[in-house]
Amino acid sequence: MNQFNTFLASFKNLTTAGYLFYGLGLITLISAISVVTAKNPIHSVLALIFTFFCLTGHYMLLNAQFLAIVNIIVYAGAIMVLFLFAIMFLNLKEEDEEAKTNVTKMAAVIVGGVLMVLLLSIFNYAPVGTYNPASFDAKTGLVERLGIVLYSDYILPFELASILFLVAMVGAVMLGKREAGDPHF
Amino acid sequence: MRLRQTCSQPRQTPTFASLLTHSPLLIALPICLLLATGFVVVGVYTERKVSAFMQDRLGPMEVGKWGLLQLFADLLKLLQKEDIVPRAADRKLFLLAPAVIFASVFAGYAVLPLTPDFQASGAAVGIFYLMAILSFDVVGILMAGWASNNKYSLFGAIRSVAQMVSYEIPLGLTILCAVLVGQTLNLQELSFQQGIYSSQTNYLFGLKATGIDVSDWGGIFTWNILRNPFLLFVYVIFFICTLAESNRAPFDLPEGESEIVSGFQTEYSGMRWALLFLSEYAMMLLVSFLGAILFLGSWNTPLPNIGPVRLADWTSGEPGTVWGNVTGAFWLFGKAFLAVLVQMWVRWTLPRIRIDQMMYLCWKVLTPAGLVLLLISAVWRLLMV
Repeated sequence: MNQFNTFLASFKNLTTAGYLFYGLGLITLISAISVVTAKNPIHSVLALIFTFFCLTGHYMLLNAQFLAIVNIIVYAGAIMVLFLFAIMFLNLKEEDEEAKTNVTKMAAVIVGGVLMVLLLSIFNYAPVGTYNPASFDAKTGLVERLGIVLYSDYILPFELASILFLVAMVGAVMLGKREAGDPHF
Repeated sequence: MRLRQTCSQPRQTPTFASLLTHSPLLIALPICLLLATGFVVVGVYTERKVSAFMQDRLGPMEVGKWGLLQLFADLLKLLQKEDIVPRAADRKLFLLAPAVIFASVFAGYAVLPLTPDFQASGAAVGIFYLMAILSFDVVGILMAGWASNNKYSLFGAIRSVAQMVSYEIPLGLTILCAVLVGQTLNLQELSFQQGIYSSQTNYLFGLKATGIDVSDWGGIFTWNILRNPFLLFVYVIFFICTLAESNRAPFDLPEGESEIVSGFQTEYSGMRWALLFLSEYAMMLLVSFLGAILFLGSWNTPLPNIGPVRLADWTSGEPGTVWGNVTGAFWLFGKAFLAVLVQMWVRWTLPRIRIDQMMYLCWKVLTPAGLVLLLISAVWRLLMV
């Protein structure tokens, strides 16, 4: 009871960002749970997209604007649309109940449980970064700072990654290229 | 608000400007909503009259003077129609999808600077956010197509998604070209750079080597398409990509009537269909605004100062004044509506392209061209400083 009162007291003293965090956190958890509990795989994917949106909100609260937008473009946009495509084509509707045998359920529970224990123990011991409000740079996490870091300290991995993506794109175009004998466009 | 301090002189009349900047959400939401819905009224009438003109017809003539009330009659009809949900459809997703599509398009309006003092959100990642939220449109379209439980709807949705995801790549490259010249992602900062109220010095064609300072000329000389002349070609690519993004002809394969009835919209009726229609027009306006802001000088006047004839000063008021906001809005809206007119012109001129031609154009023409222009823009930027 005493603990509850201190929690209530700390809840009353929260800033706007704090309330936003708790509200958003609640929505995130609900949508993440509905990813797992949804019967229909399409609903599950859509709930996952919504979860990513909530995570974007969390990034925004952390002032990581660039990361937030990249999260929407890459995860909620591109990857999840591919997911939706794959699931629609597979048409899992009829056979999804058969796939959920007891063995797979047990395996899923064990894997999930181990992961949870692992994460809990890590976050229990891991040092959480602190900051000094007086000297905190409000531009941290904005795109200019990220650009400076990427193009100075991490220039080689950054350029290598971008070359990799370009090669992948050119490769895709090459694969789809018209060969001799194919119809003209 | 932050921008006003960095980019120009201190404000003169705080009343009007402070109304726009201090309560952005309360003011911006109704303004943008009014803009998006009001544009449907103007846009549909214009489209009918433009298509009629191009096909040597009269267009709507019966309802009201010159058929001006035709759209309101149509809206009344739509309001009375039954909101049908097919029995085999996924009811919840079917009902939700039009709202998701409209919300994702409408959210894009948040970062548009409509006048020198009006921008709903001054987020530092402005244009990047806009691209992200536009790409989210495809989720709504997939929802609509899949939930309808109709082959034509699903085909339409899949076509639409394939098209939009593909054209995002050249679109992103063209936007990057403009951002390279401006060196910022915030659309309001990009707007300030392209006129007489710029805090930087603008040279003729952006080249410092020419030594001709055009900061005082203003007008078209400080627009992005003249700060880097190659951006004119970039704008053409941008325009083609935005046609594909908003599913307009000749890229209207997702709703190709002669093949798949009307694509992902097939099962929708009444006001829900009207919402899909509204989204299409809101998207047209949004991309037209974006093109005007990135390439055509945003809310800056096209008329330059010529010696003592201060055309630019006369036709654009100082930011922070009512006159500045009125002229700014006038020029931006004028440019956007011109782009919309060109969109309509293209629609009623060109036949629909085939799906293989659509993919060919995107991956083998526009994307390589975009990459080359990106390289040229980067080199040009080096010559600008």
